[in-house]
Amino acid sequence: MSDLLYDAILKGDATTAAILARQAIDQGSAPGQMVTRRMIPAMDEVGRRFERGDYFVPELLLSGRAMKAALNIVRPLLASGAAEPAGKVVIGTVQGDLHDIGKNLVAALLEGGGFQVHDLGVDVSPSRFVEAVQQKAPDIVALSALLTVTLPAMRTTLDALGRAGVREQVRWVGGAPVTRQYAEEIGADGYSDNAFGAVRMARTLMENSCDAIPNSSHP
Amino acid sequence: MQYRTLAIPNPRRLIYGWSPRPVRCGFDLAIGGGLVFPEVNFTLPAIEIRRDTWHEVMAHYEEMASQVLRRAVALQAPGIVLEFELLPPMTSTPEWGAEITLLLHRHLAEAYERHGLRGALRVTPVDLREQTKPPALREGGPWDILKRSFEVCIEAGADIISIESVGGKELHDRALMYADMNGIAFALGVLAPRDIAWLWERIAGLCQSGGHAVPGGDSACGFANTAMQLAHQKMLPEVLAAVVRAMSAPRSLAAFEHGAAGPSKDCAYEGPVIKAITGCPISMEGKSATCAHFSPVGNIAAGVCDLWSNESVQNVRLLSGNAPEAYTELLAYDCRLMNVAASKGQALLLRDWLSESDEDLSPQAAVLSPAATFRIARAIVAADTPYGRTIAAGMAAVAELRERIAAGRLKLSPQEIEWLGRIENQLRALPPDEEELRSEIQERYPGVFAPASYGWPPAPVLVAAGAAG
Repeated sequence: MSDLLYDAILKGDATTAAILARQAIDQGSAPGQMVTRRMIPAMDEVGRRFERGDYFVPELLLSGRAMKAALNIVRPLLASGAAEPAGKVVIGTVQGDLHDIGKNLVAALLEGGGFQVHDLGVDVSPSRFVEAVQQKAPDIVALSALLTVTLPAMRTTLDALGRAGVREQVRWVGGAPVTRQYAEEIGADGYSDNAFGAVRMARTLMENSCDAIPNSSHP
Repeated sequence: MQYRTLAIPNPRRLIYGWSPRPVRCGFDLAIGGGLVFPEVNFTLPAIEIRRDTWHEVMAHYEEMASQVLRRAVALQAPGIVLEFELLPPMTSTPEWGAEITLLLHRHLAEAYERHGLRGALRVTPVDLREQTKPPALREGGPWDILKRSFEVCIEAGADIISIESVGGKELHDRALMYADMNGIAFALGVLAPRDIAWLWERIAGLCQSGGHAVPGGDSACGFANTAMQLAHQKMLPEVLAAVVRAMSAPRSLAAFEHGAAGPSKDCAYEGPVIKAITGCPISMEGKSATCAHFSPVGNIAAGVCDLWSNESVQNVRLLSGNAPEAYTELLAYDCRLMNVAASKGQALLLRDWLSESDEDLSPQAAVLSPAATFRIARAIVAADTPYGRTIAAGMAAVAELRERIAAGRLKLSPQEIEWLGRIENQLRALPPDEEELRSEIQERYPGVFAPASYGWPPAPVLVAAGAAG
């Protein structure tokens, strides 16, 4: 049964994953062990296949969806604390920029990775970012831009967060024209040039203190 | 009006620089009349666009226009198109876009008067209508502002009007990430054509009502180019991006069925199919657009173009001058070669060399080959509705890729071949009735698109009785 659950997540079959999770619970499987021994290892294997080039994003997202379907069954039965999300993220494309495919991809992969994501959309003003941080109290604030001319809006947004006194949150930036150097210049706490790297870095940021800019760009 | 036949039925007549329906515009420029011209597109370096930085913004455009045209004159280019793609603040404050339009038009007028340089100005406002979720495409602030942007830019001297319209993108973005062909087919085959029909009737009307602008064309940039770039990054299968390219042609064709006359937009790589069907001139970009993005179709994209573009380049300093004028030179030399070959009666030979150098090296290039172009174009005109055409185009692309793989011409990884099978199966399973698919999509993607944005009545709101008071 549990190996079948592993396979269902690996294949991105949400319907089967949910059915198998329910059956396993009904047959007395320990919810915590189901998550740690079958479900998380399945997602880890999905990640490895993606990095090897055996999987594309659709397979990654479908597996994430299957994981979520199984978790919805298991989560209410987990001990307090174990059911918490991996972290909370506020994400948006900065003011003046309407491009959102990269941002959407990062948001979807973060959700698949167990993060709770608040997506502010595109053309997000610094004040909206501040408001969202004050309301949602995220662990990570993620800024995206595609246009070179909207790069300065990243700095403006970070400055606004600083002025509002909510600078303690980790925040990172991404998008085609962004470089690690630019991220350092504007005082971001992290930088990624690709969506999967962003998720990996989010996990790292949640696990470690953030006194340096983690770099998840390709060599 | 619906195209039911090909305007260029003979594949040997689908060549660069020549179109059965050339467009005359701007300063005595005939596009598609026998010559290929450079289309130079330039943009700002990193700078915030605000009222207090506006003088710097204008200085950049002044510099870019004068340098680009100076280089074109120095190289004796037979003609040139400047493209001004408005940035979001220049569209949301329409008068800013108009001010730059006026500046660029003045430079083109001076170059024509002083040097006899034929030219035209393409102006492309940003489609702001996707700001809300779901996008309100037909009414409200964003549409009013976009319409105003068109009006004032036409008044200020735009010669060609274009847009990269976003109708259907709200669904396509999501469906693409899951390789959900039902969502992709509905976005490209139902939503986008409905929006384009509505939008382009208005754009064509605005062009007729004032100024001298011609309604150029649309681009599936936000759809098929997004897929192409994600495939390049190994995020999506290349075969998916290639099939999406073919499926995007009917939505861009819809612009021509509702008022567009060409030249189509440079980033519309579906252009060859549009040209074969409509006979209108097209703009394309490839190897000389490396300043903007990677492309697996660098040579083949030039094969049947009428304008040859660099996509977009920032005004930054290079050793030879600023980047926009350097890219003007690249384009001018590309065009020289093509025009000399044509003058010797060798356009077809050069077209085939451009095609053969790319077409077996990637699925994206394979579906742009002249053979694939005609296969897809014929499949499109044989179908009755935009939805039917979209599926037919996708199936034609799948068949083209399968034949090339079987012949050993196109070598793909086992994962890519498996994905081609999945895509084909999904396309074959699509319901023939688009209304049936609509119900399924609204259930699968609740609230993603607003029915009213596509001319359908709003979804009914159910209210429980008896609870008030």
